[in-house]
This record gives sequence, structure tokens and C-alpha cells, in this order.
Amino acid sequence: MNPAALSEQLRRSWAIAKKDIRIYYIKGPVLIFGVFMPLFMFLAFLMGSRQLPLSFLISGLVGMTLFFTATAVSPAIFPWEGSARTLERLASCPVTVEAIVFGDMIASTLFGIGITILTVLIGLVLGLSLVHGVTLLFAILLAACCFSAIGMLLAVPPTNVPSNIMMLSSLIKFPLVFISGIFLPLEQMPAWGLVLSACSPLTYFTDLVRYSFTGTHFFSVGTDLAALALFTIVFTAGTMYLHRRTMPQRM
Amino acid sequence: MTAIIRALDLTKVFGRSTAVDHVSFEVRQGEIFGFLGPNGAGKTTTTRMLTGVIPPDAGSATILGHDIRSEPVQAKQRFGVVPETSNAYTDLTAWQNLMLMGELYGLPRARAAQRSSELLGMVGLAERKDQKVQAYSKGMKQRLILAMALIHEPELLFLDEPTSGLDVESTRMILSLLRDLNRGGTTIFLTTHNMEEANRLCHRVGIIRAGKIAAIDAPEKLKAAIERVHTIEVSFDREVPGDALAGLAGVTGLNRTGDKWQITAENRDTVIRSLVEFSRENGAAIVTLHTLTQSLDDAFLRLTREARP
Ligand SMILES: Nc1ncnc2c1ncn2[C@@H]1O[C@H](COP(=O)(O)OP(=O)(O)O)[C@@H](O)[C@H]1O
Ligand SMILES: [Mg+2]
Repeated sequence: MNPAALSEQLRRSWAIAKKDIRIYYIKGPVLIFGVFMPLFMFLAFLMGSRQLPLSFLISGLVGMTLFFTATAVSPAIFPWEGSARTLERLASCPVTVEAIVFGDMIASTLFGIGITILTVLIGLVLGLSLVHGVTLLFAILLAACCFSAIGMLLAVPPTNVPSNIMMLSSLIKFPLVFISGIFLPLEQMPAWGLVLSACSPLTYFTDLVRYSFTGTHFFSVGTDLAALALFTIVFTAGTMYLHRRTMPQRM
Repeated sequence: MTAIIRALDLTKVFGRSTAVDHVSFEVRQGEIFGFLGPNGAGKTTTTRMLTGVIPPDAGSATILGHDIRSEPVQAKQRFGVVPETSNAYTDLTAWQNLMLMGELYGLPRARAAQRSSELLGMVGLAERKDQKVQAYSKGMKQRLILAMALIHEPELLFLDEPTSGLDVESTRMILSLLRDLNRGGTTIFLTTHNMEEANRLCHRVGIIRAGKIAAIDAPEKLKAAIERVHTIEVSFDREVPGDALAGLAGVTGLNRTGDKWQITAENRDTVIRSLVEFSRENGAAIVTLHTLTQSLDDAFLRLTREARP
């Protein structure tokens, strides 16, 4: 067995992901937050503007759900484990920094997918009709990977104080929601707003969800998928590179 | 003899202070190597560099033939670590912690389960294996962490002050386990600030002070070297010239506090005879005369003090 081989490191990432799920995700408050946070934002918005169709709002709800769940916990894991000194334990084990980061990404990806699919199922039970189910499923899988990479990017500053990192990530996450065609359709955006929207991966996911539920879309499906894939690759590579550099500062 | 650990000029700088300063040593196959030094000497920092937790600012370390910078995973696969601060996952049970370690070291599931049972029995935690580590006492945590470090039957074990602050029972259990492991062929690198412990357990001891190696030798030899030096404290009923005192036969060092002179000497007998002679010649009566015997801890303090650059 070569412990440094990719397949071996991937197996160890999976061990880290299982540990994360057990310790950080399967917890009452986390699950409740995961479900209610996007729901409340959505309800607040629904009451505020009645002229938008429900099918438009549902794409925003699914978009927010996946984005917030996939990035909810992961930024805080390194600070928690740094101050509990379990990160030092991981650092002395035969796993690379990349494998640790990847394990954390797997856990948040699965959490995001699980809660989002639950949200979609509730919507279907409540009478929403799905036009392109396979596209939606594929979009959720791809976007979950992308958002989990964003979650780990937010974890890059090497602080061991979880509240600092949570504050920082809220500062980045909320503005992103506002430029992603969730509350304001892309068609109604000014040109400068569209330029901003194009920089947010959430835009492409929301567009795909809208297509899945209503058949209408702003970008082509191919563009949406390609953009999400590109963001995923760039963010994953970036987060691994940055964590490799900052990890020793956490010890 | 093969070197299992080879540290060459390891250096770590934090801000303006150099925590570890060009530390070089070798640990041989099959020995228990004690890394001894007072608090803040740089033991933990050195251990963290050797185990690949933090990178050195200069120098290199080769562990079991693998450079810890260029082949960290290969090196880590073959050693186990008991870090200074206890760090099992407190939200997991002892069993879950051990199984997690098994996976991180790439053991097949069945093997990990078998090792976990064995180790839990060995450290006396078999009955509490399904309890969350949160509820464990410090000693139980430390025993679990030792078990976690041994899951993959490492050839080399690093321990950073494994017994500091523990109850007597856990301390005794851990030390006796370490002896057994060593008898079974495991090489052990152990840091401690306890001279007595190093003396009882280690084949060789490296003494570190203020980031620098002060001495490396077998503990008996270090002890003997320390004990060769004696201190004699003397006071007279009137002022005597220090130069004359320092020039007496057998005196190797002289210090004054108040009216007392502290004399260091290799041979007590010679110094006492010359002191008596000196007192008669100068007409200064000896008021007090003490020969100080040193505890091991004093000796250790003295040795680390004398190594001051
Ligand atoms: N992460 C760190 N940042 C800044 N200074 C540190 C850090 N770790 C250790 N030091 C300093 O380095 C010196 C050596 O510390 P350490 O290796 O923990 O000593 P020991 O383990 O022998 O007690 C101390 O002066 C300590 O304050
Ligand atoms: Mg220490």
C-alpha cells in the first residue's frame, strides 16, 4: 500500500467526511438551521412582493437552500478543530492537507444535497410541477460541489475563533445572494447588475432551477452547467492551494 | 545501529524569538530517547517539526528514512504521535475515535476493529468504549490518545510530556506500557521536564535549554557528570579577599551572596582542607560550612543553567 497514492488519500478523505457528518452535521440545531433559514428568507420575500410568480420564487428558494446549507458549517470546522487541537491530530496523521479539505467538502456537499432535495420534495408534495427533473438533479449535484468549495474558501483565514470566520462568511454570503437573480429576475437587472450576476456561481444554479421548474431560462443550460463546472474547478484548486499554505499557522 | 530519527540543524523562529535553534541529534533503532528540558525550552516545537505538524524555518528531519518535508505521508504512516495537549474528538466515543484513526492510517475495517479492542483492553478502557470522550477524566483521555497513536502498530512513537498532570495510576500504566512497547521493538521519542522519569525510562537523554541542545548522553553518565561537581557554602567572621579564596586549591567556581561564599569544586576534601588552612593564615574564623548535596532536579537545573550560552 502506498499511503500517498490518490486512491488511498481519497479513502481517508471519506473517513474525515464521515467524522464531520457525525460531529458537526447530524445535530439538531444545524439541521433546523439548514431547513428554516432559507424558508424564512423566502417567506419574508413572498410577503414583500406578491407580483412575482411562485415558480420564480421557488427557484430562488432552492438556490438559497443549497447555497446556505453547503456553506453553513464548513467555514467553522477548521477554527473549531484548531482550538480543540484535533486539527493537530489530523496534521500528524498520514493525510495530506488536500485530503482533509476534500473530506470537509464531501461532508458539506452531502449535507447541501440532502437538505435541498428535501426542500424540492416538499415543494412537489405541495403541488409544484417539475419540468426537467434530471437537469435539476444534475444541477444540484454540481452546484453542491461548487458551494462546498466556496465554504472552504471562506475558511481560509487562519483564525481559531469560529465566530470571526462566521461573521466574515456572512459578509460575503449575503451580498452574493442579492446579485444572483433570486430576489430580482435577471431580465429586470440593469447592465452593471448583470455583470455582477455573471460573477456569482449562484446565478447559474438559480437559472438552472428556474429552467427545471418553468422551462424558461436566461442563459442557455449548457452555459449554466459549464460556468458551474468552471467555478467548481477553480474554487476547489484555489481552496486547496490556500489551505496548504495557511495550515501550519493554525497549529 | 540505524538512525530512526535524524534531526539536522532544526530551527524555528516565532516572531523575534528563536524557539528552536539549530538542534541536531539522532535517535537509534530500539531505544527510548528522552528529550529533557524545562518549560519553554522548545521540546514541543521540536516534536511538532519532527512529526510534520509545523515546517521548520531551517534544517531538516529524516524520520525512518523519509524526509518529513518532502515525503510527509510516507513518514507519518510509520509513526504514532501522542501530542502535548489531549486531542481525541470529545463528541465521539473511544471506539469511534479509534476506528477513525484506523481509517486515517488505511487499516482494513476488520483489522482496525481488532486492534481497537486489543488496545482498549490494554489501556483499561474496554468497559467505557461506547462512552463519549467528553465524560473521560484527563488520565483516561491520555490513555485513549496513546491507544489512538498505536492503532497501526507504528515502529516509532512520539510522546510529548505524556504523563504531565496525570494521576498516579494513569502515569504508572502509561510508563509500563511504554516499557513493554519498547521491549517489543518500538523506538520511542519522549519529551519530559521530569529528570526522574527520564532517568528511569530512557536509554539516552538529550537536554534542551532555550532552544539549544545542552548535552546528549546516557542518563547515568549525565548524572555522574553532574554529581562530580559539588557545592560548598562557607562564611567567615570577617571580610576576606575573594581573589585569594578563588585561588585556593580545588576551587573551580566562586559566588557570593551576603556574607556567604558558594564554592563549586570537583573534590570536596581538597577544598575543605584548603579552607581550613586559609582561615588560619588570614586569622578569619569559619562561622558556617555546608556541603550541599544535590537532588536530581537541582542537578538538572544546574546542568541546564550551565549550558547558558
Ligand atoms: N505557536 C507559537 N507561537 C509563538 N511562540 C511559540 C509558539 N509555540 C511555542 N512558542 C514559544 O516557543 C518557545 C518554546 O515553546 P515549546 O516548544 O512549547 O516549549 P516546551 O514544550 O519545551 O515547554 C516558548 O518560548 C514558547 O512561548
Ligand atoms: Mg511542551
